[in-house]
Amino acid sequence: MAENNRAVLKLKEKFASSILDVVEFRGEVTVTVKKDSIIDVLTFLKQSLQYNLLTDLTAVDYLGKNEDRFMMVYQLYSIPNKDCLRIKTPVSEVDCSIPTATQVWQTANWLEREVFDLFGITFDQHPDLRRILMTDDWVGHPLRKDYPLQGPDREPYKGRLS
Amino acid sequence: MGVDNPLGENIITTSLDKLVNWSRKSSIWPMTFGLACCAIEMMATGASHNDLDRFGIIFRASPRQSDCIIIAGTVTKKMLPVIKTVYEQMPEPKWVVAMGACACSGGVFDTYSVVQGIDEALPVDVYIPGCPPRPEALLFGLIKLQEKIWNDKNSFGSAIGLGTRIDGAIA
Repeated sequence: MAENNRAVLKLKEKFASSILDVVEFRGEVTVTVKKDSIIDVLTFLKQSLQYNLLTDLTAVDYLGKNEDRFMMVYQLYSIPNKDCLRIKTPVSEVDCSIPTATQVWQTANWLEREVFDLFGITFDQHPDLRRILMTDDWVGHPLRKDYPLQGPDREPYKGRLS
Repeated sequence: MGVDNPLGENIITTSLDKLVNWSRKSSIWPMTFGLACCAIEMMATGASHNDLDRFGIIFRASPRQSDCIIIAGTVTKKMLPVIKTVYEQMPEPKWVVAMGACACSGGVFDTYSVVQGIDEALPVDVYIPGCPPRPEALLFGLIKLQEKIWNDKNSFGSAIGLGTRIDGAIA
């Protein structure tokens, strides 16, 4: 169970006030933490618990579903321990920024550029925060739920007869 | 044709337009421009089983040696400027084949990032439906393009600077 997970126990011991939620689903452990302590948590996981590989970094848009619109997701893997861990942290639309994880894993550089490009979340202290998939002159962030699927300059598709 | 044949079988009579059209349609050199899964079918069409060479169709890796561009796959808005540049680098006369549903209309990719048909940017001569089209379909499309080139009017005149070439589909 998630409560007995070694990493969860250590995190609860060290960051008791920052942990918002711990969930285990089909053997996958997810820890949700407060945004303010995200870098401290990630640094601790890398340096003390050997989660030395950031396999993925992405975001989810919960427009109209959660109080905080975005959720940052960090997929971690420990090569020596062969163990996965998912860290999440909510990001509000009003304060749509989060400290960069490049100070912990260099690979976060391009992953954070992708999140910035498609969701519009800015990463403080990021070394090179530019768009990576869309063109430089693109307006808007396409993976946001309120971005029109067929682009802002087109009439939306309304079925076969439209 | 009412013309005597005093030199025997060694001479044929034809119009200069037909001579130019014949040489053009028999040596279509397409620019390789594979963008998605259609490119796999295009390569299969060029390989030994279907063998595009027997129609004089030889893929070129440079736009400056090509007179036809096969748009084989999904055109994203990011790729469009590249295709336009390549098309502009091709010498006249030049033809465009839109291969597959994506190049014809955007296909299933009715989204913000995909061009809804390459005809928004380039003058398309032949549209080949299919997702992806089989090699037979591409061959059929290229034979249609040959028929179109064969019916061009004033091909010779336009080549020496007299007037413009009249497109085979309109003529």
